[in-house]
Amino acid sequence: MLKRYIERFSWVDFLLKLFQVLALAAIVIGIFNTLSVARYSSDQWVTLIFAGLAQGSIYALIALGYTLVYGILLMINFAHGDVYMAGAFTSVFLADSFALSGFLASHPVLAILILLLVAVTVSMVLNVIVERVAYRPLRGAPRLVPLITAIGASFTIEYTFRGLYGAEFHAYPTVPALSGIINIAGYEIPRVQIVVLVAAVVLMLGLYFFVERTKIGKAMRAVSEDKEVARLMGINVDKVIMITFAVGGALAGAAGVFNGLFRPQGVFFFMGFIPGIKAFTAAVLGGIGNVPGAMVGGLFLGVFEAVGPNLILEGLGIPAVNQLRDAFAFTLLVIILIFRPQGIFGERLAEKKA
Amino acid sequence: MAAMLEINNIHTYYGNIHALKGISLTVEEGEIVTLIGANGAGKTTTLRTISGLLKPREGNVVLEGEDITGIPAHKLVYKGIAMVPEGRGVFAKLSVQENLEMGAYSRSDKNGIKDDFERVFALFPRLKERRSQVAGTLSGGEQQMLATGRAMMAKPRLLLLDEPSMGLAPVLVESVFDAIEQINREGTTVLLVEQNALMALSIANRGYVLQTGQIVLRDKAEALKENEMVQKAYLGME
Ligand SMILES: Nc1ncnc2c1ncn2[C@@H]1O[C@H](COP(=O)(O)OP(=O)(O)OP(=O)(O)O)[C@@H](O)[C@H]1O
Ligand SMILES: [Mg+2]
Repeated sequence: MLKRYIERFSWVDFLLKLFQVLALAAIVIGIFNTLSVARYSSDQWVTLIFAGLAQGSIYALIALGYTLVYGILLMINFAHGDVYMAGAFTSVFLADSFALSGFLASHPVLAILILLLVAVTVSMVLNVIVERVAYRPLRGAPRLVPLITAIGASFTIEYTFRGLYGAEFHAYPTVPALSGIINIAGYEIPRVQIVVLVAAVVLMLGLYFFVERTKIGKAMRAVSEDKEVARLMGINVDKVIMITFAVGGALAGAAGVFNGLFRPQGVFFFMGFIPGIKAFTAAVLGGIGNVPGAMVGGLFLGVFEAVGPNLILEGLGIPAVNQLRDAFAFTLLVIILIFRPQGIFGERLAEKKA
Repeated sequence: MAAMLEINNIHTYYGNIHALKGISLTVEEGEIVTLIGANGAGKTTTLRTISGLLKPREGNVVLEGEDITGIPAHKLVYKGIAMVPEGRGVFAKLSVQENLEMGAYSRSDKNGIKDDFERVFALFPRLKERRSQVAGTLSGGEQQMLATGRAMMAKPRLLLLDEPSMGLAPVLVESVFDAIEQINREGTTVLLVEQNALMALSIANRGYVLQTGQIVLRDKAEALKENEMVQKAYLGME
């Protein structure tokens, strides 16, 4: 018995298991310590959770773009974070002029709808162009090749914006109609967070309906399973791929507007990088290629990085936890992938046909 | 009148591999024609060339008098060609219903599609029971029924079938072949690729024998059944 165990013993497995146990222990101890000293009131926790949900819904919208494209082409569109940046940039300039003319204050709903429409269009068109120029000519090439053009596309977009608008931040105007507080069950939540969360959830439900129920949505799922058989059904695979990029780009554009409403510090050419990577993290958490997974993954990551540092790290006696948010988010990715390589809701990647 | 399908001197390559070396065959409207041959003879390649998945380097494919060589597969569906690929190719994560809807992707006549759902369900009652089930959980036989029904949903003029009996128990083979005959009676021309030569020849009007990328024999189905070389090589008789 012992001998067989020793024969099968592998240091890699052992260290992985040890790491899992230590990670779990650290999380449990951290939470226990924080809660036992009651450092934060329930008001403060609720505030953190809602801020996390609003931020998470932005991650989720971006994550959907990664997951849709991966589902169909088995590739990561690394320019997607920059497509989001393009939408955010567009809406800043438009919002500024709306704010100057007073339109934003007098007709906030209409103004925001126009912002959404324009940003969505810009991101959508940009994503479609990226596909057409950087990926389609390489269809059938080894999978590493489009990865390189993806990084190239990403830099091209970033430095085009830098060239056009400089490297500094462009601040977002505040929308008077969205400032203030909403009272929910005795908890005070910033109104803008509720609006962003609700709008994002509406978009996600719309996307879910589109993918599950419409003819094009079903064709997308068919193409993601088997392109050749899809062609035998009369499905124009290139067109479906284009629509996929368009839909992913549109959601990223909307996320760009929401980001502006929600985080008025503004936009700059490199702003897509961190949210892009985090949204990608969210997509992987949800199981890349899985649409509901990306939604839940995004919300989960948002809440976790909002609450986690205070809940877990502080309990472990780590100082200045709020600056560790990004590190925390990526540590989470690593830990979850060690436990579940296929993501929280994912099927095993190996199941997918290339 | 032009034949339903005519292919003339087709040469198809996979890179440097010369898979089809000058194949010609004809399928008349209303016929069942079968293409038999050993593993690797080029049967699948022939069907994939007709359906537009592969482009021949030489030769042409003519559908009802129209040269369709090189037209991509998804456009040929609109011209009336449907194919059931080797290994069935059902969309495993889509439901039975959705698979059939994908079969009708090229159509927009709502009422006609509805009628064809009924036609498919009448032919394969099992599919009706499993409508909302995900196709990946169907048995092999049920998946073959689904793949065949899905092709019917395109309302094709010409149906290409690649080894519909593969991996099925004899009873099921029987019922799949009954279904093929039924589809043919309802007006669809069929080109059937089979390794189960006996079954194929028993429902076909005519047959072609393919060997390493070339047609070596063509005749009426009954005559092929009696042919000594066919009996030895494909019917397992001595
Ligand atoms: N994708 C491919 N790449 C390279 N060669 C191929 C490819 N597909 C088929 N071939 C070759 O082309 C020839 C014909 O193959 P094909 O699949 O048409 O045969 P088949 O008659 O359908 O055989 P089976 O009865 O086994 O299905 C074979 O020699 C095969 O090795
Ligand atoms: Mg074959």
